[in-house]
Amino acid sequence: MSGAGVREAITQAHHQEWARVVASLTRRFGDLDVAEEAAAEAFAAAVERWPADGVPPSPGAWLTTTANRKAIDRIRRENKRGGKQREAQLLHDGDPPGPAGAIGDDRLRLIFTCCHPALAMPTRVALTLRMVAGLTVPEIARAYLVPETTVGRRITRAKAKIKAARIPYRVPSAEDLPARVRGVLAVLFLVFNEGYLATGPGTEPVRPDLTAEAIRLTRLLRALMPDDGEVAGLLALMLLTEARRTARVSASGELVTLAGQDRGSWDAALIAEGHRLVRERLAARVAPGRYQILAAINAVHTSAHDMRDTDWPQVVALYDQLVRLDPSPIIALNRAVAVAELDGPEVALAAIDRLADKLAGYHAYHATRADLLRRLGRNQQSRAAYGKAIELAGNTAETAYLTRRRDQLG
Amino acid sequence: MQYLVSVIDDNAGLANPDEEAAIDVFNDRLKAEGHWVFAGGLGSPGAATVIDNRGEEALFSDGPFVETKEYLAGFWIIEAADLDVALKLAAEGSKACNRKIEVRPFL
Repeated sequence: MSGAGVREAITQAHHQEWARVVASLTRRFGDLDVAEEAAAEAFAAAVERWPADGVPPSPGAWLTTTANRKAIDRIRRENKRGGKQREAQLLHDGDPPGPAGAIGDDRLRLIFTCCHPALAMPTRVALTLRMVAGLTVPEIARAYLVPETTVGRRITRAKAKIKAARIPYRVPSAEDLPARVRGVLAVLFLVFNEGYLATGPGTEPVRPDLTAEAIRLTRLLRALMPDDGEVAGLLALMLLTEARRTARVSASGELVTLAGQDRGSWDAALIAEGHRLVRERLAARVAPGRYQILAAINAVHTSAHDMRDTDWPQVVALYDQLVRLDPSPIIALNRAVAVAELDGPEVALAAIDRLADKLAGYHAYHATRADLLRRLGRNQQSRAAYGKAIELAGNTAETAYLTRRRDQLG
Repeated sequence: MQYLVSVIDDNAGLANPDEEAAIDVFNDRLKAEGHWVFAGGLGSPGAATVIDNRGEEALFSDGPFVETKEYLAGFWIIEAADLDVALKLAAEGSKACNRKIEVRPFL
Protein backbone atom coordinates (compact mmCIF):
# COMPACT_ATOMS: atom_id res chain seq x y z
CA MET A 1 0.00 0.00 0.00
CA SER A 2 1.26 3.50 -0.82
CA GLY A 3 2.11 6.03 1.90
CA ALA A 4 -1.01 7.99 1.03
CA GLY A 5 -3.09 4.81 1.23
CA VAL A 6 -1.79 4.02 4.70
CA ARG A 7 -2.43 7.57 5.85
CA GLU A 8 -5.97 7.31 4.52
CA ALA A 9 -6.45 3.99 6.34
CA ILE A 10 -5.26 5.56 9.59
CA THR A 11 -7.59 8.55 9.19
CA GLN A 12 -10.47 6.23 8.47
CA ALA A 13 -9.64 4.01 11.44
CA HIS A 14 -9.46 7.10 13.61
CA HIS A 15 -12.94 8.18 12.51
CA GLN A 16 -14.42 4.73 12.89
CA GLU A 17 -12.60 3.33 15.89
CA TRP A 18 -11.51 6.14 18.23
CA ALA A 19 -14.77 6.37 20.20
CA ARG A 20 -15.11 2.60 20.30
CA VAL A 21 -11.58 2.16 21.68
CA VAL A 22 -11.95 4.92 24.31
CA ALA A 23 -15.40 3.68 25.30
CA SER A 24 -14.44 0.04 25.72
CA LEU A 25 -11.26 0.91 27.63
CA THR A 26 -13.19 3.23 29.93
CA ARG A 27 -15.57 0.38 30.61
CA ARG A 28 -12.78 -2.09 31.24
CA PHE A 29 -10.45 0.10 33.33
CA GLY A 30 -13.02 2.46 34.82
CA ASP A 31 -10.91 5.50 34.09
CA LEU A 32 -11.33 8.08 31.31
CA ASP A 33 -7.75 9.25 31.71
CA VAL A 34 -6.26 5.82 31.19
CA ALA A 35 -8.60 5.18 28.26
CA GLU A 36 -7.82 8.46 26.52
CA GLU A 37 -4.08 8.12 26.89
CA ALA A 38 -3.97 4.48 25.86
CA ALA A 39 -6.14 5.16 22.81
CA ALA A 40 -3.87 8.03 21.77
CA GLU A 41 -0.81 5.79 22.20
CA ALA A 42 -2.40 3.04 20.13
CA PHE A 43 -3.06 5.44 17.25
CA ALA A 44 0.49 6.78 17.55
CA ALA A 45 1.71 3.19 17.30
CA ALA A 46 -0.40 2.70 14.17
CA VAL A 47 1.17 5.78 12.57
CA GLU A 48 4.58 4.32 13.35
CA ARG A 49 3.99 0.68 12.44
CA TRP A 50 1.41 0.46 9.66
CA PRO A 51 3.59 2.07 6.95
CA ALA A 52 6.23 -0.63 7.53
CA ASP A 53 4.11 -3.63 8.61
CA GLY A 54 1.10 -2.87 6.45
CA VAL A 55 -2.46 -2.08 7.56
CA PRO A 56 -3.76 -4.99 9.68
CA PRO A 57 -6.73 -6.92 8.29
CA SER A 58 -8.90 -5.69 11.16
CA PRO A 59 -7.66 -2.22 12.14
CA GLY A 60 -10.25 -1.90 14.92
CA ALA A 61 -9.17 -5.12 16.63
CA TRP A 62 -5.49 -4.17 16.26
CA LEU A 63 -6.12 -0.77 17.84
CA THR A 64 -8.20 -2.18 20.70
CA THR A 65 -5.61 -4.85 21.51
CA THR A 66 -2.75 -2.34 21.34
CA ALA A 67 -4.61 0.19 23.48
CA ASN A 68 -5.50 -2.47 26.05
CA ARG A 69 -1.83 -3.42 26.31
CA LYS A 70 -0.81 0.25 26.70
CA ALA A 71 -3.41 0.74 29.44
CA ILE A 72 -2.23 -2.32 31.35
CA ASP A 73 1.39 -1.13 31.02
CA ARG A 74 0.44 2.24 32.47
CA ILE A 75 -1.48 0.75 35.35
CA ARG A 76 1.42 -1.59 36.18
CA ARG A 77 3.85 1.32 36.06
CA GLU A 78 1.68 3.35 38.41
CA ASN A 79 1.15 0.47 40.80
CA LYS A 80 4.89 -0.10 40.99
CA ARG A 81 5.52 3.59 41.51
CA GLY A 82 3.58 3.85 44.71
CA GLY A 83 0.69 1.45 44.75
CA LYS A 84 -1.78 4.18 43.95
CA GLN A 85 -5.22 3.21 45.08
CA ARG A 86 -6.64 2.36 41.72
CA GLU A 87 -9.77 1.04 43.31
CA ALA A 88 -10.72 4.45 44.65
CA GLN A 89 -10.20 5.99 41.24
CA LEU A 90 -12.39 3.58 39.39
CA LEU A 91 -15.11 5.23 37.47
CA HIS A 92 -18.38 3.90 38.71
CA ASP A 93 -19.89 1.38 36.37
CA GLY A 94 -23.58 1.85 36.99
CA ASP A 95 -24.79 -1.09 34.95
CA PRO A 96 -24.65 -4.79 35.43
CA PRO A 97 -22.93 -6.44 32.43
CA GLY A 98 -24.55 -4.66 29.53
CA PRO A 99 -27.64 -5.64 27.62
CA ALA A 100 -27.00 -6.54 24.02
CA GLY A 101 -27.69 -4.12 21.19
CA ALA A 102 -27.15 -0.41 20.82
CA ILE A 103 -28.17 0.56 24.35
CA GLY A 104 -25.38 -1.71 25.59
CA ASP A 105 -22.85 -0.01 23.29
CA ASP A 106 -20.10 1.53 25.38
CA ARG A 107 -19.97 4.53 23.06
CA LEU A 108 -23.44 5.52 24.21
CA ARG A 109 -22.28 5.45 27.84
CA LEU A 110 -19.31 7.57 26.85
CA ILE A 111 -21.54 10.16 25.17
CA PHE A 112 -23.89 10.44 28.14
CA THR A 113 -20.99 10.73 30.58
CA CYS A 114 -19.28 13.47 28.53
CA CYS A 115 -22.56 15.40 28.20
CA HIS A 116 -23.55 15.03 31.85
CA PRO A 117 -25.66 17.95 33.17
CA ALA A 118 -23.35 18.33 36.20
CA LEU A 119 -20.63 19.58 33.81
CA ALA A 120 -20.58 23.13 32.42
CA MET A 121 -21.57 23.49 28.76
CA PRO A 122 -18.11 24.46 27.39
CA THR A 123 -16.70 21.50 29.31
CA ARG A 124 -19.23 19.10 27.81
CA VAL A 125 -18.34 20.36 24.35
CA ALA A 126 -14.59 20.01 24.88
CA LEU A 127 -14.90 16.61 26.54
CA THR A 128 -17.20 15.23 23.82
CA LEU A 129 -14.92 16.47 21.04
CA ARG A 130 -11.89 14.90 22.74
CA MET A 131 -13.30 11.61 24.03
CA VAL A 132 -15.95 10.79 21.45
CA ALA A 133 -14.83 12.61 18.29
CA GLY A 134 -11.14 12.10 19.00
CA LEU A 135 -10.06 15.68 18.26
CA THR A 136 -6.79 16.63 19.91
CA VAL A 137 -6.59 19.44 22.47
CA PRO A 138 -4.82 21.77 19.96
CA GLU A 139 -7.54 21.02 17.37
CA ILE A 140 -10.31 21.89 19.82
CA ALA A 141 -8.48 25.04 20.93
CA ARG A 142 -8.09 26.14 17.29
CA ALA A 143 -11.73 25.46 16.52
CA TYR A 144 -12.92 27.56 19.44
CA LEU A 145 -10.18 30.20 19.34
CA VAL A 146 -9.23 29.62 22.95
CA PRO A 147 -5.74 28.86 24.31
CA GLU A 148 -4.75 25.19 24.39
CA THR A 149 -4.14 25.45 28.13
CA THR A 150 -7.78 26.46 28.63
CA VAL A 151 -9.07 23.43 26.74
CA GLY A 152 -6.57 21.16 28.48
CA ARG A 153 -7.61 22.45 31.88
CA ARG A 154 -11.30 22.08 31.09
CA ILE A 155 -10.83 18.45 30.12
CA THR A 156 -8.59 17.65 33.08
CA ARG A 157 -11.01 19.21 35.55
CA ALA A 158 -13.94 17.42 33.98
CA LYS A 159 -12.22 14.06 34.28
CA ALA A 160 -11.38 14.83 37.91
CA LYS A 161 -14.99 15.78 38.67
CA ILE A 162 -16.35 12.70 36.95
CA LYS A 163 -14.14 10.59 39.19
CA ALA A 164 -14.55 12.50 42.46
CA ALA A 165 -18.31 13.03 42.24
CA ARG A 166 -18.82 9.61 40.70
CA ILE A 167 -20.65 10.58 37.55
CA PRO A 168 -21.79 7.17 36.36
CA TYR A 169 -20.67 5.51 33.14
CA ARG A 170 -24.16 4.55 32.16
CA VAL A 171 -27.00 5.10 29.77
CA PRO A 172 -29.67 6.93 31.83
CA SER A 173 -32.81 5.10 32.92
CA ALA A 174 -35.81 5.20 30.58
CA GLU A 175 -37.41 7.76 32.87
CA ASP A 176 -34.47 10.19 32.61
CA LEU A 177 -33.57 9.39 29.02
CA PRO A 178 -35.60 12.06 27.15
CA ALA A 179 -34.16 14.93 29.22
CA ARG A 180 -30.63 13.53 29.00
CA VAL A 181 -30.88 13.01 25.23
CA ARG A 182 -31.98 16.64 24.91
CA GLY A 183 -28.81 17.57 26.81
CA VAL A 184 -26.63 15.56 24.41
CA LEU A 185 -28.36 17.05 21.36
CA ALA A 186 -27.80 20.55 22.75
CA VAL A 187 -24.06 19.84 22.86
CA LEU A 188 -24.00 18.50 19.30
CA PHE A 189 -26.09 21.41 17.97
CA LEU A 190 -23.76 23.87 19.68
CA VAL A 191 -20.76 22.29 17.94
CA PHE A 192 -22.58 22.42 14.62
CA ASN A 193 -23.66 26.04 15.01
CA GLU A 194 -20.22 27.23 15.97
CA GLY A 195 -19.04 25.63 12.73
CA TYR A 196 -21.89 27.05 10.69
CA LEU A 197 -21.87 30.56 12.09
CA ALA A 198 -18.34 30.89 13.38
CA THR A 199 -17.79 33.97 15.51
CA GLY A 200 -14.78 36.20 15.91
CA PRO A 201 -13.06 38.77 13.74
CA GLY A 202 -10.53 37.49 11.24
CA THR A 203 -11.89 33.93 11.35
CA GLU A 204 -13.29 31.87 8.54
CA PRO A 205 -17.06 32.50 8.39
CA VAL A 206 -17.79 28.79 8.21
CA ARG A 207 -15.80 26.00 9.89
CA PRO A 208 -16.51 22.89 7.87
CA ASP A 209 -14.34 20.88 10.28
CA LEU A 210 -16.77 21.59 13.12
CA THR A 211 -19.94 21.03 11.10
CA ALA A 212 -18.47 17.75 9.84
CA GLU A 213 -17.60 16.61 13.38
CA ALA A 214 -21.07 17.52 14.62
CA ILE A 215 -22.67 15.52 11.80
CA ARG A 216 -20.36 12.58 12.41
CA LEU A 217 -21.24 12.55 16.12
CA THR A 218 -24.95 12.88 15.41
CA ARG A 219 -24.77 10.03 12.88
CA LEU A 220 -23.15 7.92 15.57
CA LEU A 221 -25.90 8.81 18.04
CA ARG A 222 -28.50 8.03 15.38
CA ALA A 223 -26.94 4.62 14.79
CA LEU A 224 -27.03 3.97 18.55
CA MET A 225 -30.55 5.35 19.12
CA PRO A 226 -32.38 4.72 15.85
CA ASP A 227 -35.85 5.08 17.38
CA ASP A 228 -35.35 8.50 18.92
CA GLY A 229 -37.26 11.08 16.86
CA GLU A 230 -35.28 14.09 18.04
CA VAL A 231 -31.95 12.45 17.22
CA ALA A 232 -33.25 11.83 13.69
CA GLY A 233 -34.60 15.39 13.63
CA LEU A 234 -31.30 16.96 14.60
CA LEU A 235 -29.40 14.87 12.04
CA ALA A 236 -31.87 15.90 9.33
CA LEU A 237 -31.60 19.55 10.38
CA MET A 238 -27.80 19.41 10.21
CA LEU A 239 -27.77 17.66 6.83
CA LEU A 240 -30.24 20.09 5.25
CA THR A 241 -28.27 23.04 6.62
CA GLU A 242 -24.89 21.60 5.65
CA ALA A 243 -26.21 20.95 2.13
CA ARG A 244 -26.39 24.72 1.61
CA ARG A 245 -23.07 25.53 3.26
CA THR A 246 -21.05 26.37 0.16
CA ALA A 247 -23.88 28.43 -1.35
CA ARG A 248 -24.14 30.49 1.79
CA VAL A 249 -20.86 32.39 1.47
CA SER A 250 -19.82 34.15 -1.77
CA ALA A 251 -16.36 33.97 -3.31
CA SER A 252 -15.62 37.35 -1.74
CA GLY A 253 -16.50 36.03 1.71
CA GLU A 254 -19.92 37.60 2.00
CA LEU A 255 -23.04 35.95 3.40
CA VAL A 256 -25.56 35.00 0.72
CA THR A 257 -29.13 34.89 2.03
CA LEU A 258 -31.57 32.16 1.06
CA ALA A 259 -33.11 34.39 -1.63
CA GLY A 260 -29.76 34.92 -3.36
CA GLN A 261 -28.33 31.41 -3.12
CA ASP A 262 -27.58 29.34 -6.21
CA ARG A 263 -29.84 26.41 -5.47
CA GLY A 264 -28.09 24.35 -8.12
CA SER A 265 -24.99 24.28 -5.94
CA TRP A 266 -26.78 22.75 -2.97
CA ASP A 267 -25.64 19.22 -2.13
CA ALA A 268 -28.37 17.00 -3.55
CA ALA A 269 -27.21 13.86 -1.73
CA LEU A 270 -27.33 15.52 1.68
CA ILE A 271 -30.74 17.00 0.87
CA ALA A 272 -32.07 13.61 -0.20
CA GLU A 273 -30.81 12.04 3.03
CA GLY A 274 -32.30 14.85 5.12
CA HIS A 275 -35.66 14.56 3.34
CA ARG A 276 -35.66 10.80 3.93
CA LEU A 277 -35.24 11.36 7.66
CA VAL A 278 -37.99 14.00 7.76
CA ARG A 279 -40.36 11.65 5.90
CA GLU A 280 -39.47 8.84 8.30
CA ARG A 281 -40.44 11.05 11.25
CA LEU A 282 -43.69 12.12 9.60
CA ALA A 283 -44.56 8.48 9.06
CA ALA A 284 -43.88 7.70 12.74
CA ARG A 285 -46.93 9.81 13.67
CA VAL A 286 -45.45 10.87 16.98
CA ALA A 287 -45.72 14.52 18.05
CA PRO A 288 -42.44 16.05 16.87
CA GLY A 289 -39.95 17.86 19.09
CA ARG A 290 -38.19 21.08 18.17
CA TYR A 291 -35.40 19.58 16.07
CA GLN A 292 -37.90 17.62 13.99
CA ILE A 293 -39.94 20.75 13.35
CA LEU A 294 -36.82 22.76 12.44
CA ALA A 295 -35.81 19.94 10.10
CA ALA A 296 -39.27 20.00 8.51
CA ILE A 297 -38.97 23.76 7.93
CA ASN A 298 -35.62 23.19 6.24
CA ALA A 299 -37.15 20.39 4.20
CA VAL A 300 -39.75 22.84 2.84
CA HIS A 301 -37.00 25.30 1.87
CA THR A 302 -34.88 22.64 0.21
CA SER A 303 -37.86 21.32 -1.76
CA ALA A 304 -38.51 24.67 -3.45
CA HIS A 305 -36.99 25.89 -6.72
CA ASP A 306 -36.89 29.49 -5.51
CA MET A 307 -38.33 31.86 -2.92
CA ARG A 308 -41.64 32.26 -4.77
CA ASP A 309 -42.05 28.55 -5.21
CA THR A 310 -41.63 28.04 -1.43
CA ASP A 311 -44.66 26.77 0.48
CA TRP A 312 -44.73 29.73 2.90
CA PRO A 313 -48.08 28.81 4.52
CA GLN A 314 -46.48 25.48 5.45
CA VAL A 315 -43.37 27.22 6.82
CA VAL A 316 -45.49 29.58 8.96
CA ALA A 317 -47.65 26.67 10.16
CA LEU A 318 -44.50 24.79 11.25
CA TYR A 319 -43.26 27.87 13.08
CA ASP A 320 -46.63 28.13 14.83
CA GLN A 321 -46.13 24.55 15.98
CA LEU A 322 -42.61 25.41 17.14
CA VAL A 323 -43.74 28.50 19.05
CA ARG A 324 -46.11 26.30 21.03
CA LEU A 325 -43.17 24.11 22.11
CA ASP A 326 -40.66 26.91 22.56
CA PRO A 327 -42.10 30.39 23.07
CA SER A 328 -38.66 32.03 22.87
CA PRO A 329 -38.33 35.42 21.15
CA ILE A 330 -35.76 34.02 18.70
CA ILE A 331 -38.29 31.51 17.34
CA ALA A 332 -40.83 34.36 17.10
CA LEU A 333 -38.26 36.38 15.13
CA ASN A 334 -37.69 33.54 12.66
CA ARG A 335 -41.42 33.09 12.31
CA ALA A 336 -41.72 36.78 11.42
CA VAL A 337 -39.22 36.30 8.57
CA ALA A 338 -41.57 33.69 7.06
CA VAL A 339 -44.60 35.89 7.75
CA ALA A 340 -42.98 38.65 5.69
CA GLU A 341 -43.07 36.33 2.65
CA LEU A 342 -46.66 35.28 3.30
CA ASP A 343 -48.36 38.46 4.56
CA GLY A 344 -45.89 41.16 3.60
CA PRO A 345 -43.18 43.12 5.39
CA GLU A 346 -45.57 45.42 7.22
CA VAL A 347 -47.25 42.60 9.15
CA ALA A 348 -43.84 41.05 9.90
CA LEU A 349 -42.43 44.36 11.12
CA ALA A 350 -45.32 44.81 13.54
CA ALA A 351 -44.64 41.31 14.88
CA ILE A 352 -40.92 41.82 15.42
CA ASP A 353 -41.30 45.29 16.93
CA ARG A 354 -43.09 43.54 19.77
CA LEU A 355 -39.82 41.65 20.48
CA ALA A 356 -37.76 44.83 20.81
CA ASP A 357 -37.03 44.73 24.53
CA LYS A 358 -36.12 41.03 24.53
CA LEU A 359 -33.89 41.03 21.45
CA ALA A 360 -32.26 44.47 21.49
CA GLY A 361 -28.82 42.84 21.92
CA TYR A 362 -29.25 40.25 19.15
CA HIS A 363 -27.78 41.14 15.74
CA ALA A 364 -30.30 39.06 13.77
CA TYR A 365 -33.16 41.08 15.25
CA HIS A 366 -31.70 44.30 13.87
CA ALA A 367 -30.71 42.68 10.56
CA THR A 368 -34.26 41.39 10.05
CA ARG A 369 -35.72 44.75 10.98
CA ALA A 370 -33.34 46.54 8.63
CA ASP A 371 -34.39 44.30 5.75
CA LEU A 372 -38.12 44.81 6.39
CA LEU A 373 -37.70 48.58 6.70
CA ARG A 374 -35.75 48.58 3.44
CA ARG A 375 -38.54 46.69 1.69
CA LEU A 376 -41.01 49.26 3.01
CA GLY A 377 -38.88 52.11 1.63
CA ARG A 378 -38.08 53.47 5.09
CA ASN A 379 -34.42 53.91 4.22
CA GLN A 380 -33.30 56.12 7.04
CA GLN A 381 -34.61 53.76 9.73
CA SER A 382 -33.27 50.83 7.76
CA ARG A 383 -29.78 52.32 7.72
CA ALA A 384 -29.85 52.80 11.50
CA ALA A 385 -30.98 49.19 12.00
CA TYR A 386 -28.21 47.88 9.69
CA GLY A 387 -25.74 49.93 11.72
CA LYS A 388 -26.91 48.30 14.93
CA ALA A 389 -26.77 44.83 13.35
CA ILE A 390 -23.22 45.39 12.09
CA GLU A 391 -22.17 46.51 15.53
CA LEU A 392 -23.50 43.30 17.11
CA ALA A 393 -22.70 40.69 14.42
CA GLY A 394 -19.73 38.43 15.17
CA ASN A 395 -19.49 36.53 11.89
CA THR A 396 -17.24 38.05 9.22
CA ALA A 397 -19.44 37.01 6.26
CA GLU A 398 -22.52 38.46 7.91
CA THR A 399 -20.79 41.73 8.67
CA ALA A 400 -19.67 42.02 5.03
CA TYR A 401 -23.20 41.35 3.79
CA LEU A 402 -24.86 43.78 6.18
CA THR A 403 -22.34 46.52 5.37
CA ARG A 404 -22.99 46.21 1.64
CA ARG A 405 -26.76 46.25 2.14
CA ARG A 406 -26.49 49.38 4.25
CA ASP A 407 -24.26 51.13 1.75
CA GLN A 408 -26.64 50.25 -1.09
CA LEU A 409 -29.45 52.17 0.57
CA GLY A 410 -28.04 55.31 -1.04
CA MET B 1 -20.46 6.72 48.34
CA GLN B 2 -21.47 9.64 50.56
CA TYR B 3 -22.47 13.12 49.50
CA LEU B 4 -22.87 16.32 51.46
CA VAL B 5 -26.12 17.96 50.43
CA SER B 6 -25.97 21.57 51.60
CA VAL B 7 -29.00 23.80 51.91
CA ILE B 8 -28.23 27.30 50.66
CA ASP B 9 -30.25 30.13 52.13
CA ASP B 10 -30.37 33.83 51.41
CA ASN B 11 -32.20 35.20 54.40
CA ALA B 12 -35.39 33.29 53.85
CA GLY B 13 -35.11 32.48 57.58
CA LEU B 14 -36.22 29.29 59.27
CA ALA B 15 -38.35 26.73 57.50
CA ASN B 16 -42.07 27.42 57.69
CA PRO B 17 -44.48 24.67 58.84
CA ASP B 18 -45.23 23.55 55.26
CA GLU B 19 -41.53 23.26 54.49
CA GLU B 20 -40.91 21.41 57.75
CA ALA B 21 -43.64 18.93 56.96
CA ALA B 22 -42.24 18.36 53.47
CA ILE B 23 -38.74 17.89 54.90
CA ASP B 24 -40.08 15.27 57.33
CA VAL B 25 -41.65 13.33 54.48
CA PHE B 26 -38.41 13.54 52.51
CA ASN B 27 -36.35 12.41 55.52
CA ASP B 28 -38.62 9.41 56.04
CA ARG B 29 -38.12 8.46 52.44
CA LEU B 30 -34.32 8.77 52.73
CA LYS B 31 -34.44 6.42 55.72
CA ALA B 32 -36.82 3.95 54.13
CA GLU B 33 -34.69 3.69 50.98
CA GLY B 34 -31.36 3.46 52.79
CA HIS B 35 -29.96 6.85 51.73
CA TRP B 36 -30.07 8.47 55.17
CA VAL B 37 -26.78 9.08 57.02
CA PHE B 38 -27.32 12.28 58.96
CA ALA B 39 -29.00 15.66 58.66
CA GLY B 40 -29.36 18.85 60.61
CA GLY B 41 -30.42 22.46 60.46
CA LEU B 42 -27.96 25.15 61.51
CA GLY B 43 -28.30 28.29 63.56
CA SER B 44 -27.88 31.58 61.71
CA PRO B 45 -24.36 32.63 60.58
CA GLY B 46 -24.54 35.37 63.23
CA ALA B 47 -24.27 32.65 65.89
CA ALA B 48 -20.95 31.37 64.49
CA THR B 49 -17.54 31.77 66.08
CA VAL B 50 -14.26 31.30 64.21
CA ILE B 51 -11.31 29.72 66.02
CA ASP B 52 -7.69 29.88 64.84
CA ASN B 53 -5.27 27.87 66.94
CA ARG B 54 -2.49 27.60 64.38
CA GLY B 55 -0.35 30.09 66.29
CA GLU B 56 0.71 30.31 69.92
CA GLU B 57 -2.71 30.77 71.39
CA ALA B 58 -6.21 30.17 70.21
CA LEU B 59 -7.90 33.22 68.71
CA PHE B 60 -11.65 33.50 68.77
CA SER B 61 -13.54 35.84 66.53
CA ASP B 62 -17.21 36.56 66.23
CA GLY B 63 -19.20 35.67 63.14
CA PRO B 64 -18.88 33.32 60.18
CA PHE B 65 -15.51 32.85 58.43
CA VAL B 66 -16.82 34.62 55.39
CA GLU B 67 -19.70 37.08 55.15
CA THR B 68 -21.88 36.23 52.21
CA LYS B 69 -25.39 36.90 51.06
CA GLU B 70 -25.93 33.17 50.73
CA TYR B 71 -24.99 30.85 53.56
CA LEU B 72 -25.25 27.26 54.69
CA ALA B 73 -28.56 26.79 56.49
CA GLY B 74 -28.47 23.05 56.99
CA PHE B 75 -27.36 19.83 55.37
CA TRP B 76 -27.95 16.20 54.71
CA ILE B 77 -25.32 13.54 54.39
CA ILE B 78 -26.66 10.89 52.08
CA GLU B 79 -25.53 7.54 50.82
CA ALA B 80 -25.97 7.15 47.06
CA ALA B 81 -24.57 4.79 44.46
CA ASP B 82 -23.48 7.59 42.13
CA LEU B 83 -24.00 11.25 41.27
CA ASP B 84 -27.16 10.59 39.24
CA VAL B 85 -28.84 9.09 42.29
CA ALA B 86 -27.53 11.89 44.52
CA LEU B 87 -28.73 14.60 42.12
CA LYS B 88 -32.17 13.10 41.91
CA LEU B 89 -32.49 12.98 45.70
CA ALA B 90 -31.11 16.50 46.00
CA ALA B 91 -33.68 17.76 43.50
CA GLU B 92 -36.42 16.34 45.71
CA GLY B 93 -34.74 17.79 48.79
CA SER B 94 -34.65 21.22 47.18
CA LYS B 95 -38.34 20.96 46.48
CA ALA B 96 -39.06 19.82 50.05
CA CYS B 97 -37.12 22.54 51.88
CA ASN B 98 -37.86 25.14 49.20
CA ARG B 99 -34.20 26.24 49.02
CA LYS B 100 -31.27 25.93 46.62
CA ILE B 101 -29.01 22.95 47.26
CA GLU B 102 -25.39 22.01 46.58
CA VAL B 103 -24.22 18.42 46.21
CA ARG B 104 -20.60 17.64 46.97
CA PRO B 105 -18.94 14.24 47.21
CA PHE B 106 -16.96 13.14 50.22
CA LEU B 107 -13.42 12.01 49.41
